[in-house]
Amino acid sequence: MESLLAFVVGGLYAGGIYLMLRRSMIKLIFGLVLLGHASNLLIFTVGRLTSDQPPLVPDGAETLTEPFADPLPQALILTAIVIGFGMQAFALVLVKRMFLTARTDDVHAITTTDTF
Amino acid sequence: MNNLLFMPIVIPLITAICLILLWRQRVIQRLVSLVGCVSLFLAAALLFSFVAPGNVLAIQAANWPAPFGITLVADTFSALMVLVAAFMGLSVAIYSLATLDPERESFGYHPLYHIMLMGVCGAFLTGDMFNMYVWYEVMLISSFVLLTLGGERSQLEGGVKYVTLNLLASTLFLIATGMLYGTMGTLNLADLGERMRQPETLSDLQLGLMTTLPILYLLAFGIKSALFPLFFWLPASYHTPPIHVTAIFSALLTKVGIYSLVRVFTLVFIADTDFTHTILLVIAGLTMITGVLGAVAQMEMRRLLSFHIVSQIGYLLMGLGLFSPLSLAGTVFFMVHVILAKSALFLVGGVLHRVAGTYDLKKLGGFYRSSIMLSILFFLPAFSLAGIPPLSGFWAKFALVRAGLELGQYAIVTAALAVSILTLFSMTKIWAEAFWKAQPPGKVQVDADQISRTLASGQTALPLLLPIVVIAALMVIIGVAADPVLAISQQAANQLLDPTDYINVVLHESASLANSP
Repeated sequence: MESLLAFVVGGLYAGGIYLMLRRSMIKLIFGLVLLGHASNLLIFTVGRLTSDQPPLVPDGAETLTEPFADPLPQALILTAIVIGFGMQAFALVLVKRMFLTARTDDVHAITTTDTF
Repeated sequence: MNNLLFMPIVIPLITAICLILLWRQRVIQRLVSLVGCVSLFLAAALLFSFVAPGNVLAIQAANWPAPFGITLVADTFSALMVLVAAFMGLSVAIYSLATLDPERESFGYHPLYHIMLMGVCGAFLTGDMFNMYVWYEVMLISSFVLLTLGGERSQLEGGVKYVTLNLLASTLFLIATGMLYGTMGTLNLADLGERMRQPETLSDLQLGLMTTLPILYLLAFGIKSALFPLFFWLPASYHTPPIHVTAIFSALLTKVGIYSLVRVFTLVFIADTDFTHTILLVIAGLTMITGVLGAVAQMEMRRLLSFHIVSQIGYLLMGLGLFSPLSLAGTVFFMVHVILAKSALFLVGGVLHRVAGTYDLKKLGGFYRSSIMLSILFFLPAFSLAGIPPLSGFWAKFALVRAGLELGQYAIVTAALAVSILTLFSMTKIWAEAFWKAQPPGKVQVDADQISRTLASGQTALPLLLPIVVIAALMVIIGVAADPVLAISQQAANQLLDPTDYINVVLHESASLANSP
């Protein structure tokens, strides 16, 4: 299971970076979204992939018995998903405003702040 | 007393909430914003006064014992940074009263400003890696909106670049943090620091990963703090928003990145300092040189100063790369100095723009003849930035250069000194073009009358000039009486290099402290 997810994460990174290197601004944002998903899945994998093993101490025992899924990375992902959602929403609105102002989706056309 | 640690975060939060409730009530908003900034500054000063004798304060949110809960820590370095940030927050808030346009003010400038201050203070005070990520995002999202608020084309263009690269950095930060948790099983900085100081308990795999992971963090923080070769978003975006936004960005945002680098590379990532800190040193040199060369080529004041931000970041990193008590003290001192100097320069630039209507050095001129006071207010931060004694920049550079010579790192010392000369050159360029040169004919006419009209009307002159005067005076005071600041920087550096107190207070004492009245 871990190796499958490793390939999924790797594929998402590759796709995200590929999209970010395109000239279209909307693809740039989609690339960022894919990278965000890849990172969340990566943290998910860090917390160990086990099914039916909740991190609850059984009756009479003092500690957890292996294997169990670590709940902390899952809590981290929840936070990261919410933050990522907000950031991506802002980025989408920004790109829309950019398109309405410049009438182009091409990142090579928006160079006025770099040239002098 | 420990609850004081929450204050720099809670005060801006409450202020921002009040400001949102007072939407479009511009006069009351200004008042509330100023009250919020003053209280933040007082809280930061109080916090600093507790920490300055050498104490480390820590508090666990909801009394969850470390390393399981969220920890806030203040050692000398973080308390000093909070103090400087609060001071700059107050200064720029006053300045912006004169430069804000009604549209931006009506659409949430004030609340966003305070949320950004909250994020900055949170990032300085947090003792937990994931929590730091969250504070970074708080700071980033408000800076995104502050940068693009107004929706001019250049702002949007700068915004796209700034937003994309900073979101990329956040993703890297998140990945690195996930891997750090996978490697060490904890994200509490003090806990990480303690384990790294007992390398015999770590496996070879963990030790190896703890030498690799810093590079991922270096990328993430490097983008945020505009290191070579990751700085391109900064000169492409910092000159686009109104000048008070640029001033507060230059004072705080990149410095938070450097603060985080200093924190993690002294506390946590010390497995192989020969390897990691040499990389830091090389990057420091390249950052200085590329930044200043970019600045020399510019003829627009804000762009020129933006490149100088990059160049000065190199000096801050140089102290970390040298990794000795004196060099880290130099970094701390330099941080205080550069935050003051850089923002003062942007603020003076704003005054010039106010009078002459342009930032273009070719069109500016004649300010020396028409206003001696403005000339002095530019002269002090500019030559402090270049490192002319007896201003604050001299001592900062002196500490760094001396540390470099003591360690025999002659290459970086040569770079630092050469970059100083180029800094002086580009500061002289602004001086010669905007102040000394006679006014170019046919361009915007600036005469003494116009300046005195702009600067004499109490409503604009006081908020415009008061912050600059105070900052410039501080730079002279720090320069002439450098001893107390140097002593505090030395103390901060010693705590960074020997974080026993930091670790003990967070992990072993805070439970008892938090319960005591």
